[in-house]
Amino acid sequence: MGTTILDPTSERTVSERQRLARPASLEGLTVGLLDISKPRGDVFLNRLEERLVEVGATVKRYRKPTFTKPAPVDLRHEISVECQVVIEALAD
Amino acid sequence: MPASTRPSTTPATASTPRLPDGIVVIVKDECATCHTVEPVLRQLADATTLTVYTQDDPAFPASPTPIHDADLAVSWHHRVETVPTVIRVEAGEETERTVGWDRAAWEQLTGVAGLGPDLPAMRPGCGSMSVDPDLVDELNVRFGASVLASRRIDVADAEDEIEMMFTRGWSDGLPVVPPTEARVMRMLTGTDRAPSEVVATVPPDLVDVTVEKVAIAAVMAGCLPEYLPWVLTAVEAACTNEFNMHGLLATTMPVGPVIVCSGPGTRAIGMNSGGNALGQGNRANSTIGRALQLVVRNVGGGRPGEVDRATHGTPGKIGFCFAENDVESPYGTLAVEHGIEPGVDALTLFAGEGTRCVVDQLSREPESLARSLAASLQAMHHPKLVLGFDAILVMGPEHARVFAEAGWDRDEIVAGISAHLNRPGSELVRGAGGMAEGLPEGFADAPSLPKFRPGGLMLTYAGNATGLFSEIIGGWANGDVGSKPVTRAVTY
Repeated sequence: MGTTILDPTSERTVSERQRLARPASLEGLTVGLLDISKPRGDVFLNRLEERLVEVGATVKRYRKPTFTKPAPVDLRHEISVECQVVIEALAD
Repeated sequence: MPASTRPSTTPATASTPRLPDGIVVIVKDECATCHTVEPVLRQLADATTLTVYTQDDPAFPASPTPIHDADLAVSWHHRVETVPTVIRVEAGEETERTVGWDRAAWEQLTGVAGLGPDLPAMRPGCGSMSVDPDLVDELNVRFGASVLASRRIDVADAEDEIEMMFTRGWSDGLPVVPPTEARVMRMLTGTDRAPSEVVATVPPDLVDVTVEKVAIAAVMAGCLPEYLPWVLTAVEAACTNEFNMHGLLATTMPVGPVIVCSGPGTRAIGMNSGGNALGQGNRANSTIGRALQLVVRNVGGGRPGEVDRATHGTPGKIGFCFAENDVESPYGTLAVEHGIEPGVDALTLFAGEGTRCVVDQLSREPESLARSLAASLQAMHHPKLVLGFDAILVMGPEHARVFAEAGWDRDEIVAGISAHLNRPGSELVRGAGGMAEGLPEGFADAPSLPKFRPGGLMLTYAGNATGLFSEIIGGWANGDVGSKPVTRAVTY
């Protein structure tokens, strides 16, 4: 019999969820653009918004209070009920 | 560390042997005092309802006939630390006990007068086998490990447990100590908190971590049991919204939790606040910070290349912990600055990078030294980036003495340094000085901008008595945007 040790991990059972099917078209869909509050993220998202509107999507803009913390639960919920698609700007 | 080597939190369980009513005496053959009291045991057998348990030789004493506590279950469960131990039991409950031979105490407890008339009045007892250092860990596992909830993992005979833990990704890159049940039970003797108590919710996976899981990490890091309260308090401090451990992991900057300890407990556990305090060679300094990082890694799921997105990282992310020399500090401790009473064991968690030395071997006047320190601090992260980052200044004794001899207190030192840390916005904005990096253009008209926000320059005191140096530990995005230093009194 070898050594018995105690599991140092959280021993979580990770739940797996399937991704939603990719939409065939963005026309008529509401796309959320999440600005994580990094400098110049708005430059990227402004251009994306122009492109998305051109293809018939409705765009809603959201912003995290700070880039260093996960998006608040309320914000995530708001995006999930108002949008079918979300794009997050990560870059400086 | 508690006097008992048994976890004081271990509850009595259904398996706790019930003591018979009357007088119970626990002895062992290998104890001279136990032999001394043999005639007293015969007196008690005649006068009371007496039960004698013997720990080693079932034939000792010859009379009255003892019960052999062969597996030491009675001794362990009833916390016998000395033999002989005399216990009065009524309705299955202990009502009184005494240890060693003390005629007056034995007579009072048993209600029998004239015990051992030929014996000296008093003889100290011997150590109980149930607290024998060679046996206690095994006994703790045998009788107490049922309180541990973690999954048991059997390592195969042919498998090296240290290599096995590397393979499973549980190491920070250095070998970890295998967290056997015996080691974890021993670690838990360092705290009065129950193993099942939830300490904090650890990012990034937002998992509730128990005292037991922290103890496992502390074993793996190489801690002694007496370090555990410091590790637990550090975990609590790290897992607050103010400290923002999640962001500290996720950032591309080279920062990790820096733990600054102070109070008499730092000396009790042998922490180093003197020569090489920020370096290697001291077990407490080296392992307390490491244990915190192992909790974040193994329980929280924060690993390099995953949520940890550091561009370079820093050696301090293995673990960065040191003590302040609060006995000799001319300006108190960081914990006191943050509202902790002097003399209380406390730690401050700071989101910090590695250290940067400030060399000034010539300044003997405080004004000159303040200017030197300010010039170095201005460069922290970037000379043109101000107000966004805090810093800890670890002043060595020889630098601190320059200020102390001039009568400058803590506030005056910070103010004196800060007086030389103001720059006009025009020098700090993007493009100024031929450098694209800098503050947004809107600051161009600001007449003067300080390097640090109020409270953002934190003095600490550590290091060897020789060397006209100080160390800067640069911070990460500060305040509500990023991380605030979190100071906590140590919870035992």
